[in-house]
Amino acid sequence: MERKKDNPIVSLVSRTVSPFIMLFALYVIFHGHYSPGGGFQGGTMLAAAFILIRLSLGMEISQLQFKSRWATPLGSAGVLIYFGTGLVALLFGGNFLDYGFIPIAEAVAERRSIGILCIEIGVAIAVMAIIVSIYDDLLEGSSDD
Amino acid sequence: MNWEIEIVLFVCLLIAAFVSLYVKNLLTAVITLSVFSFFTALIYVAMGAIDVGFTEAVVGAGVTGVLLIITIYRTSRRSSD
Repeated sequence: MERKKDNPIVSLVSRTVSPFIMLFALYVIFHGHYSPGGGFQGGTMLAAAFILIRLSLGMEISQLQFKSRWATPLGSAGVLIYFGTGLVALLFGGNFLDYGFIPIAEAVAERRSIGILCIEIGVAIAVMAIIVSIYDDLLEGSSDD
Repeated sequence: MNWEIEIVLFVCLLIAAFVSLYVKNLLTAVITLSVFSFFTALIYVAMGAIDVGFTEAVVGAGVTGVLLIITIYRTSRRSSD
C-alpha cells in the first residue's frame, strides 16, 4: 500500500493486536463443533491477522511472517486434508466423509468429533492461504512495495 | 423486546445503504458498506442465526473492506458519474 511515512502508533497497535486475533481464530477453529464458528470463519480471521500486518508494515517485512509463494501450496494442502479425510473413510468401508469409519479412536462419537476437526483444519488452511493470496495478487506490481 | 431492536437495526441498515449508494467519495462508500455489513450481522444475531452473523461480520466487515480499499488505491478515488 501507499505509505507516506512509518507511523509508530499504527505499527505498534497492529503488531500487538495481530497475535490475539490469531489466538481467537484458533479458538474458533478448534471449537467449531460445539460453538458458533468453524473452519471458514476461523480461516478468514487468521487471514485477517496476516492482512493486518501486511497492510500496516508493508510487503517486505511481512514476507518474513508469511511468504507469498507459500500461499498456493498451503491452499492445495488444505484441500488435500479435506479430501484425504473423506478418502480414508471411503477406504475403511464407509461412504465418502463418513467419519464413523475412520480408525483413530474406539468410540464412534469420538471418531466423528476428530473427523470433523480434521475437516475444519483443512478448510481453515485453504481459506487462509487463498485470502492472503488474493491480497498479494491485488497488490502485485504496485510501485511502492 | 426483540422487535424494537430489529427496527432500530433496520433503520440504521437503510441509512448506511443509502449513504454508500449516493456518496461521491469512494473511500467513504467502502467504509459505509462495511457499516452496512456489520448491521446485517447484528440483524442476523438478533434473529438467532449466530453462525451466519459471525460469518457476515468476519467476511463482510473485515476482508471485503480491505480488498475494496486496495482496489480504490489501484484505480481512482472519486466517482466519475
